[in-house]
Amino acid sequence: MPSLRDIQRRIRSVESTKQITKAMQMVAAAKLRRAQQRVESARPYAQKMQEMLQSLAGAAAGLKHPLFEVRDVRRQALVLFTSDRGLCGSYNANLIRRASTLMREGDPQSWLLIPVGKKGYDWFKSRPYPIGECYLDWQGNLDFERVRVITRDLLELFQREEVDRVHVLFTQFISTVSYRITLEQFLPIEPPEGTRQVDEYIFEPTAADIFSRLLPSYALTRVQTALAEALASEHGARMFAMSNATKNAGEMIDTLTLKYNKARQAAITTEMLEIVTGAEALK
Amino acid sequence: MFKLTVVTPEQPFYEEDVRSIVLPGSVGYLGVLTDHAPLITALVPGELKVVEAEGEKEHLFAITGGFFEVAHNHATVLADAIEDQDRIDLQRAEQAYERARARLAEHDGGLDAVRAELAVWRAKNRLQVARKYHDE
Repeated sequence: MPSLRDIQRRIRSVESTKQITKAMQMVAAAKLRRAQQRVESARPYAQKMQEMLQSLAGAAAGLKHPLFEVRDVRRQALVLFTSDRGLCGSYNANLIRRASTLMREGDPQSWLLIPVGKKGYDWFKSRPYPIGECYLDWQGNLDFERVRVITRDLLELFQREEVDRVHVLFTQFISTVSYRITLEQFLPIEPPEGTRQVDEYIFEPTAADIFSRLLPSYALTRVQTALAEALASEHGARMFAMSNATKNAGEMIDTLTLKYNKARQAAITTEMLEIVTGAEALK
Repeated sequence: MFKLTVVTPEQPFYEEDVRSIVLPGSVGYLGVLTDHAPLITALVPGELKVVEAEGEKEHLFAITGGFFEVAHNHATVLADAIEDQDRIDLQRAEQAYERARARLAEHDGGLDAVRAELAVWRAKNRLQVARKYHDE
């Protein structure tokens, strides 16, 4: 039986933990709101760009571009988007598990892991997969300049034929409590199916010229979208985890308080009994 | 009358029924009216002029580049960045232009110089569009 003071100490410690989780929950909620808004307002652009690429690919079929080039895959890169910080439930664990499963296929040396976010890096740095450039410490914000750098590096990696395929693994934001782990082929760009009606388009100046401008922009948009979605999911996951933690802490405090009161009651009873017996003995 | 949608990477920017558009294509300014043939072009820094269907209201924007598509009376502008003419702060646009020019003067070749030159182009464009508004 723990002493009264032990229980009291325990209660105090759980209370301060609860304050921290509560604060984190609120911070995550605020960040989530911003991230969510950004994700949603950025979607139309990505959508339109996809459509334009479709029209272009449909109208100018057979067009060649280095970023379309499908090669025999000797080495492939995996861009893994995780969070920098923990305390967001199973968010990172899920992503890392998926990445591990994927990379277990074939020779570890045939992979190149490119971690975006510290958690993925921390997990894989002591494992047998080669690690490429790392993009860590985002502080939960979308930094456009760094997105540009990542895109440029990835395109270079592919064009210098250091890797023959690039995947991105990230979470798509659905709602505060749910996200979907998504694996997409990033490079070579798969020419979208010409599902749209094919028109006789006029290209100014030429289809090839527009392609060579549009594809890098498209790649940039893809990276940006992935990161924005990942950040929103991360904040959502953290908010959810922290609200659970706060709830659990509350329950724990209740149980401990009950225990404390019981122990106090028991102590009083014992003391009274002692006094009574003592008085009886004196008679 | 046809529909114009302008989106930027950050957000949807503008969506109206319009009578005409004039935009800075990569091979020169082009005008688009109703029933234009399907066309795709890249855009360069310049002015985007829009005449709305309702009230023939004219709008001027400074655009820093992007892509344009029109087909079946539906026009889409994918803008890298775009600003409403009357939202541009003239003084700050001037300062930005001076800064860009100063940076360009530091470079004398190479990729950085190209980038600096593009920055000057964009800043100059914004300034020109803003001046037009203030002269009116």
